[in-house]
Amino acid sequence: MAKKSIKLSSTSKNNIVTYAILAAIFIFVEVWTATGNISSLFKGLLVPLCTYAILAVSLNLVVGILGDLSLGHAGFMCVGAYTGAFFSVLFKNSEGPEWLRFVIALLLGGIVAGIFGLLIAIPVLRLKGDYLAIVTLAFGEIIKNIVNLLYVGVDSKGLHISLTNSANLNLEPDGRMIIKGALGITGTPNDSNFVVGFILLVITVIVSLNLINSRTGRAVMSIRDNRIAAQSIGINIAKYKLIIFTISAFFAGIAGVLYAHNINSLTATTKNFGYNMSIMILVFVVLGGIGSTRGSFIAAMILTALPEMLRSVGDYRMLIYALLLIIMMIANNNEKIRSFEKRISLKKLIKTKKENRGGNV
Amino acid sequence: MEFLSYIVSGISLGSIYALIALGYTMVYGIAKMLNFAHGDIIMVGAFTVFTISTTFGLPPIVGIIGSVIICTVLGVTIEKVAYKPLRQASSLAVLITAIGISYFLQNAALLIFGSGTKSFTSVVNIPMIKLFDGQLTISGETIATIVVSVIIMIALTLFINHTKPGKAMLAVSEDRDAAQLMGINVNTTISVTFAIGSALAAVAGTLLCSAYPALSPTTGAMPGIKAFTAAVFGGIGSVPGAMIGGILLGIIENLSKGYISTQFSDAIVFAVLIIVLLVKPTGLMGKKINEKV
Amino acid sequence: MKNLKKVLAVVMAVALIATCFAACGEKDDNANTGNSGEAVIKIGGSGPLTGDYAQYGNGVKNGAQLAVDEINAAGGINGIKLELDIQDDEADAEKAVNAYNNLIDWGMKISLGSVTSGSCIAFQGKALADNMFVLTPSATAVEAIDGDNAFRVCFSDPNQGVASADYIADNNVAQKVAVIYDSSNAYSQGIYEKFAAEAKVKGLEIVTAQAFTNDTKTDFSAQLQAVKSSGAELLFLPIYYSEASLIFAQAKSAGVDVKYFGCDGLDGILTIPNFDISLAEGVMLLTPFSATATDEYTVNFVKKYSEKYGTDTMNQFAADAYDAIYIIKAAMEKANITADMSSSDICDALKTAMTQITVNGVTGTDIKWGADGEPTKAPKAVVIKDGAYQAL
Repeated sequence: MAKKSIKLSSTSKNNIVTYAILAAIFIFVEVWTATGNISSLFKGLLVPLCTYAILAVSLNLVVGILGDLSLGHAGFMCVGAYTGAFFSVLFKNSEGPEWLRFVIALLLGGIVAGIFGLLIAIPVLRLKGDYLAIVTLAFGEIIKNIVNLLYVGVDSKGLHISLTNSANLNLEPDGRMIIKGALGITGTPNDSNFVVGFILLVITVIVSLNLINSRTGRAVMSIRDNRIAAQSIGINIAKYKLIIFTISAFFAGIAGVLYAHNINSLTATTKNFGYNMSIMILVFVVLGGIGSTRGSFIAAMILTALPEMLRSVGDYRMLIYALLLIIMMIANNNEKIRSFEKRISLKKLIKTKKENRGGNV
Repeated sequence: MEFLSYIVSGISLGSIYALIALGYTMVYGIAKMLNFAHGDIIMVGAFTVFTISTTFGLPPIVGIIGSVIICTVLGVTIEKVAYKPLRQASSLAVLITAIGISYFLQNAALLIFGSGTKSFTSVVNIPMIKLFDGQLTISGETIATIVVSVIIMIALTLFINHTKPGKAMLAVSEDRDAAQLMGINVNTTISVTFAIGSALAAVAGTLLCSAYPALSPTTGAMPGIKAFTAAVFGGIGSVPGAMIGGILLGIIENLSKGYISTQFSDAIVFAVLIIVLLVKPTGLMGKKINEKV
Repeated sequence: MKNLKKVLAVVMAVALIATCFAACGEKDDNANTGNSGEAVIKIGGSGPLTGDYAQYGNGVKNGAQLAVDEINAAGGINGIKLELDIQDDEADAEKAVNAYNNLIDWGMKISLGSVTSGSCIAFQGKALADNMFVLTPSATAVEAIDGDNAFRVCFSDPNQGVASADYIADNNVAQKVAVIYDSSNAYSQGIYEKFAAEAKVKGLEIVTAQAFTNDTKTDFSAQLQAVKSSGAELLFLPIYYSEASLIFAQAKSAGVDVKYFGCDGLDGILTIPNFDISLAEGVMLLTPFSATATDEYTVNFVKKYSEKYGTDTMNQFAADAYDAIYIIKAAMEKANITADMSSSDICDALKTAMTQITVNGVTGTDIKWGADGEPTKAPKAVVIKDGAYQAL
């Protein structure tokens, strides 16, 4: 911290590179689309790429910056997705511009997910490491379980909610079901598109980078690096943990809304909102280099597109994907060890150390 | 009577969680990694027994021995190929590799054995016990699982505390660098840990599929996660903790299904888990970690 | 960042290779001709080929492939050969959309939708926008064929739930009914809901409804205990056969003595390798397909399927998919489809033809379709006796 001016310039340089990469991606996709060379598969993948990139960047705040292992990120995504989709389906046929409905859905999904993040962060303040991981996993599973049994309908008398079955909703004849238990929400308007998804990703990255480089961010990283030292200089650990969990959940919720408005069938399965997805998002963050915002979204995009590009190998698709995951992980770390020796400049040494420490959570 | 039968079936399920959790907790204690592929090694173990005993028609004991051998070799190989290069890397990097291994094993099994469910023939030959005029039945598999789990737990404890490789494990789990300085071969010790953990997985897989005879490539995934939960619940790294955590998890699961709601049993089990961890942040039998200043 | 670059390089190399493969496949994209210059129509679909539901997706894949091979061997449809590609969607809606887009790149002209309901709703959303014909073999949710372009081979959830309750009530099979269903699965929950509603109308008493989820599908002792103490005479199981096989085994050792009644999801239980079929003795189910039926369609299907793929996934999913291809054939012949038509034109022609044809197949005789896409066929109620289905 002594060499403040040098540090700042290096971080802003770093940030400029990040934004440049984002801009390059955007221009590349736009040109690709405009020239008509893009395949249907990739066109369809554009929104999911943004969705998972946002998820990875937001999880990076918890795992990389705060240094807590969370295995429940898909739970927040689920909350956001259901909230947003519910709102959109409820007001699907009402007047008013579509974009406004989608903006409100996005905000609503993010806010509700953020509230869940806050609620979950409060009890887990005491926990660390794998115990924290298992509690966040448990929260994710609880959310999935409840959502699968949630029935919500609307009629002239207002909303009806049941946690058992649709018959208990007692809907009037004019009523319609919006959330149908395990079948979830169907007929969500397809409001998501690449431009919206990309803007949301950029916002997430801006917020994330500014947060990291702010006073708050430095306080949070000091908690990660040495909890006791941070406490001793008067940093309020609880406050910062709550801030990070809430912001992270907020963006996961927004990603969920984006996800829900890209396909018209929203169900909560182990595959999309269970621990499988939480672990997948964690894979993005770890492979991108824990703590690196840029790495997070790049890894998310690569790993989302990879299994789709492997479709041509047929039956061996998931097998090869698994192998590549292992190879990438090993190659990544080999390189780390080797480049560690190569890095002689002090600046890089500090950075590497930080990365390594971020890993030991 | 209902209550007793919920408890008995809870113990039956829980003892299988416990057996799987023992493997988890051992590997965690010594190698400090969450081996998410453990559940899939269980699946491999069960498929090996199925192939040897049902497809080739050899006696079950041959199947079990074959399965233990294959799983041990597999476990050690995975450790050598995938985890060892990451020894200096962060524990998260190893976790991700373990997930890769898990996908790999599942999809390899899918290609080799096909996607359909296979019905596993129980290897346990103990008649079921009927109590209270048949109102309470305890299946042979339950008895076998409990007996095997207890034996393994005791054997493990004795092994760790009273043999040289066992003590080496303790030393490595305490402080890897210091253990190395004291002349302990850390790599061998970790390999031995994986060998034992995988052999336990073979036994667990056999008993899991004997009690619940549907076998498919994803058979190990859910019990794996449940056992991981159980291991953390009991205090990860602690051998008796894994045992107690597993059995308690099974009982809680069945009681909540029996008395509260089958619809919400997942939510209830995980809620109980959260509450317990909030009260005891390092699990039931976990050691309190003293933070170094 | 440096290490990431390395990783990027590796991945991009793989991606390049993969796209090369894909490009090879795409070469005859719009040519409508096969390698030997024959006219070809490409049929695509998606289903879970990996993961928890893999056996159902693979059943569909094999069943459809079998029918395609038969048709091609017999000279095709008016000289048009068929090509089939069933893509993996892992029973996930988002992956189903990816599969759909990939199939569009491949040159799909007619689709089989998706195998599972949630995926099929998402698949159908895209297909409807593109006016692509959909005939799903097995997606049972009502919403799965929302739109005039979509049809199905199997019965819908409401149809099965209502038919089951009606059958039980009308034939006085039982008065007190217990249910065990999978609350995390849209198929199971959907049937249960409609069953419960119809049971009320018909005066059946549902004494207990127990659930399980995809995460707790091994131990059913608590549910069975509840069934036992509820005094139910019959246990209704609107679930798939792999879980049912566990329930039957555990019910036996728990001493539960009830009649069992299931839907088409139970079909396949007799072909589980190494399954003790005596456990399923006396189980009643409504199913359109029966592997032991003696009609020529079934005999031929069972013989050829087991020769080619074994009995591993020879279930109702495979039978539905096999029929789906023959239904498409009948509709194509009716509508005089030619290989140079666009997928949208084919869809328009097929959706009219679908309401005019009557098809006999493995899963039913005299099957007809309404404009809503629902099939009309009589569900067969069968009972498992001596390890085989017998008509009730």
